[in-house]
Amino acid sequence: MSERNFDLIVIGAGPGGYVAAIRAAQLGFSVALVEKRETLGGVCLNEGCIPSKALLESSEQYAKVNNELADHGIEVPNATLNLNKMMARKEGVINKLTGGISGLMKKNKISVISGTATLSGKDGDLQQVTVGEQTLHANSVLLATGSEAIELPHLPFDGETVINAREALSLQEVPQRLLVVGGGVIGLELGSVWSRLGAEVTVVEMLDQLIPLSDPQLAQMLQRSLKKQGLNIHLKTKLEKIEKKEEGVLATLTAEKGEQQLTVDKVLVATGRRAQTEGLGLAAVGLQPNQQGQLKVDENYQTAASGIYAIGDLIPGPMLAHKASEEGVVFAERLAGQKSKVNYDAIPSVTYTWPEVASVGRSEEGLKRDSIEFKTGKFFFAASGRALASGFSDGFVKVLASPETGRILGIHIIGPHASELIAEATTVISFGGSVHDLAVTCHAHPTLAEAIKEAALAVNGEAIHA
Amino acid sequence: MDIIVPQVGESIVEAEIGEWFKQDGEQVEKDALLLELETEKINVELNAETSGKLTILAKQGEVVKIGAVIGRIDPEAVGSRPERQPEKKTATAKELPPVNPAVPKLAAESGIDLATVSGSGRDGRILVDDLLKKQTSPEESATKPVEPPKEQEDSAVAEAERIKRVPMTQIRKKIAERLLMARQQTAMLTTFNEIDMSRVIKLRNSHKEAFEKKHGVPLGFMSFFVKATAEALKDYPEVNAQIDGNDILYHYYYDIGVAVGSKRGLVVPVIRDADRMHFDEVEKTIRDFAAKAETGKLSLEELQGGTFTISNGGIYGSVLSTPLLNPPQSGILGMHAIKDRAVVIHGEIVIRPIMNVALSYDHRIIDGQQAVSFLKQIKLYIEDPEEMLLEM
Repeated sequence: MSERNFDLIVIGAGPGGYVAAIRAAQLGFSVALVEKRETLGGVCLNEGCIPSKALLESSEQYAKVNNELADHGIEVPNATLNLNKMMARKEGVINKLTGGISGLMKKNKISVISGTATLSGKDGDLQQVTVGEQTLHANSVLLATGSEAIELPHLPFDGETVINAREALSLQEVPQRLLVVGGGVIGLELGSVWSRLGAEVTVVEMLDQLIPLSDPQLAQMLQRSLKKQGLNIHLKTKLEKIEKKEEGVLATLTAEKGEQQLTVDKVLVATGRRAQTEGLGLAAVGLQPNQQGQLKVDENYQTAASGIYAIGDLIPGPMLAHKASEEGVVFAERLAGQKSKVNYDAIPSVTYTWPEVASVGRSEEGLKRDSIEFKTGKFFFAASGRALASGFSDGFVKVLASPETGRILGIHIIGPHASELIAEATTVISFGGSVHDLAVTCHAHPTLAEAIKEAALAVNGEAIHA
Repeated sequence: MDIIVPQVGESIVEAEIGEWFKQDGEQVEKDALLLELETEKINVELNAETSGKLTILAKQGEVVKIGAVIGRIDPEAVGSRPERQPEKKTATAKELPPVNPAVPKLAAESGIDLATVSGSGRDGRILVDDLLKKQTSPEESATKPVEPPKEQEDSAVAEAERIKRVPMTQIRKKIAERLLMARQQTAMLTTFNEIDMSRVIKLRNSHKEAFEKKHGVPLGFMSFFVKATAEALKDYPEVNAQIDGNDILYHYYYDIGVAVGSKRGLVVPVIRDADRMHFDEVEKTIRDFAAKAETGKLSLEELQGGTFTISNGGIYGSVLSTPLLNPPQSGILGMHAIKDRAVVIHGEIVIRPIMNVALSYDHRIIDGQQAVSFLKQIKLYIEDPEEMLLEM
């Protein structure tokens, strides 16, 4: 049984943990990073953000060839799908990135320890962590174990017919009929992938809009767009039960207007994620997660147990990779005595559907709820030269700003490349910028980004092209 | 609601921030004592005009103009209670001018109060550049000791340990300025005399218990001197006068300043119309002044004006000194310790309790003869107090 001492032990090598490890190493701490997976990068790289983006891109190309290229005067009569190759490409992307993180760990002299870490209390002043036969000691321990898909009691995952997001990223063949439970980001992205590749996709969502918590106008537009693409969407609908039959899975849906039955081949359950702390040994350090499985932390991300810290999906806030990374950096800097802070008002969120949906800052609903006055400026991509030239002009940019100062409170985008456009929106909010700041900022022409400037101008009715 | 440096007197244009009794971000209640302001003449206490969360904008030691905003109380926000952890999310953060994203972090790390930074960005936005400017600004570096020449570095280091450089307080600066002015802008001269205190001591001893019983204050010698001075000033009006441009202003009232030492420095509160006061009133007034001086609570009115000053170095044991004029006044009486001395009276050597007295005067308007006679008049009144009392 070997023993090793570090300044910091990071448990979990996802986008929160590995980023925190690098930042801490940069600041001079000796760091150990413990990961139970064989590869680094966590859910995000291995079975989340990255593989889904790889498949979204591939499936989008396929859909383009089948549906859009003709409009450009390009005729591809017999495009065929090689799913194995598509999956292999996705694996290649994952391997490249997880390998890249291993390289970063070496470069930053971080000790990567493979295995499942368990907190085993304090040894003198030091925190003690057990990984298999090894005992590690450190002044501080950062918990960054992320989250896992919530399993519904009446729909246990079986890996065959009832699957989770991870499994939906590695299907061997395109299912004929796919039922997606949950109209959130994950459900819509994966539903889009398989729909584009030929599946008949039905989405059921219990709430009254897709991607709940996002701007309702954006959600409605996305719903129309997805319907046009062939997805069946049922809002305010619940999957009551499933029965496995000869011809497939018989799903019973209930809505206000009554019951409906549907036969599908697979059911993807994407109803949410839950903080993953099981087996971590929280009790050994006197920690008790709340009902959502999350831990409470202070401004240094320290939990109720001194010397034990937590970030990312383990603590309250949106379960987003970039939020976890941001917290990882701030955690390390504060551990080193810096006064960093995460600006939680400027964390963007993106849904990589077609069109993409991206938001940053306050929502209209939130501002109304808090009785904060605001003005709205909107600009449609249908009036954007670049969007029209490219052939995709669905969507708009909406800017919410304070009526007095023009300070930008929120920017919501649905449209082509919204995921990239949101960076400018985030920057301007991070800088506390106003619509006047955007008004004096020259935007290249013709670009999609011009729509952000026009929407900002529209707040005071001064958009040029509207 | 802004905390503003109040108007404390006509001649006062700036004040130094003394101690803050509340922490930045703390919840303060209406009327709670917030801070002490030191001006050149007095210290002023400021109380909270409303309840709310305190934001401190000017730190202890900063010199601020009258009317300047030195803090803020946000009645909407709830501040932290003392001995509690500071709030994680401050409502006041929203009131700050817009700043660039890295500014709060860098400012916190280098201890810069953002309220003191003027932003050079669009609409006053504070840029990272503005913090760098603040860090290297001349007013900051001016307080640093001058760098010694390199070859003497070792001895200079040793020297630095033996010297402490402290900026003058507002009161000390004013004292220095006024004393130098008294030296440079008057034709000051001092005349001396000695007073046989035996009769006044006897008078005091025989009446002091009855006096204290009746008036509640002990009978001291100060009241005799204040009364004697007021009477003597009536006889010698030049000593109670002052030069104003090309004119001489004669005062037909006798406002006598009494120099009082306190840990905050020397202050000279003024006894108004001392000639019309009874002994007990004089004693009470002086005791009241001494108590207020010690706590810095003297009001500006109590310190302004004055036509003549009495300074008693005797309480510290001084037997002879030359008091310095308190311009624009023309005379100051110095009292000293009472010592038993051998003196010759009617051809015989006797032991008498003697006090040396000194009168410094502005020779521009007071002739030597007037000065000497004025001091002699005081001597007569003290040596024969009954005469003074009868004349009243």
